[in-house]
Amino acid sequence: MRLSPDEMIFWQHGYLKLNATIVFTWGLMLVLAVGSKLITRKLSTGLERSRWQNLLEIVVTAIEKQIEDVGLRHPEKYIGFLGTLFLFIALANLCTVIPGYEPPTSSLSTTAALALSVFVAVPLFGIEDQGMGAYLKSYAEPTVIMLPFNIISELSRTLALAVRLFGNMMSGAMIIGILLTITPFIFPIVMTALGLLTGMVQAYIFSILAAVYIAAATGTGKPKPEPAPKT
Amino acid sequence: MDSMTLIAVASIVTAGLTTGFGCMGPALGEGRAVATALTALAQQPDASATITRTLFVGLAMIESTAIYCFVVSMILIFANPFWNHVIAQATTAAAK
Repeated sequence: MRLSPDEMIFWQHGYLKLNATIVFTWGLMLVLAVGSKLITRKLSTGLERSRWQNLLEIVVTAIEKQIEDVGLRHPEKYIGFLGTLFLFIALANLCTVIPGYEPPTSSLSTTAALALSVFVAVPLFGIEDQGMGAYLKSYAEPTVIMLPFNIISELSRTLALAVRLFGNMMSGAMIIGILLTITPFIFPIVMTALGLLTGMVQAYIFSILAAVYIAAATGTGKPKPEPAPKT
Repeated sequence: MDSMTLIAVASIVTAGLTTGFGCMGPALGEGRAVATALTALAQQPDASATITRTLFVGLAMIESTAIYCFVVSMILIFANPFWNHVIAQATTAAAK
């Protein structure tokens, strides 16, 4: 029983392996990059625009609004990272309808890589926003005794991100595979539809959680003190 | 019972129990979460976007504990290191 696309190897040369995860990941990157390059070649700022540009504008404004709702005040600083996370994971999970395709997110290597990039990005954004001293001091809040627990929570959040996405996608692929040997045709179609829904929800969850962690690190929870009104 | 049978029995029983117990807790938790969210929606329908989004985020966090149990069950059934070790030993012993 195949557990992950890591084991579908297309080509091997000593230690270098070209497995399905790498091939499908690069395919998705190609589709995203070339597609958006083609659509944004001739951008129009008036009311007349092509439908593809309209689609991209809907997607971008929706992601910006979500980032603002989470509490990050300048979404344009973060939309590069968070939008890419959402679009990559969503496209990777959506393409499951294509026969012969295995989502690269059903391999722990891809999800671990995505979780590690969030793990690196959160302190980067926090230091960029608050400065190194204030960010490091936030680990000792509310008291210094919480310092090891804050560090542990950082690590466990990253692990949870990786395993959540991996578990959801792997279980979807595996359940469909098992069901195909038991009740072909109708029930696996229903399970595939459910797998698509959970794929979209997991893509949304991954990016929203990354946004929430970044919001916590940039200290957007603290309101600025109002100056006392002069009587 | 020799060690091979013991490993097989322990793996299968544990996998079943893991999935069984691991799905009960999250199901109860998610039920309560949705019930509370529906109450909040009924009281404040114009905050429905925020409530729905927070509900989905909370459900995903609760679901992830069920996913952990599922992953452990899958490892026990399909990628069990003890079983692989015992099978490798039995194969080399049979090949001699």
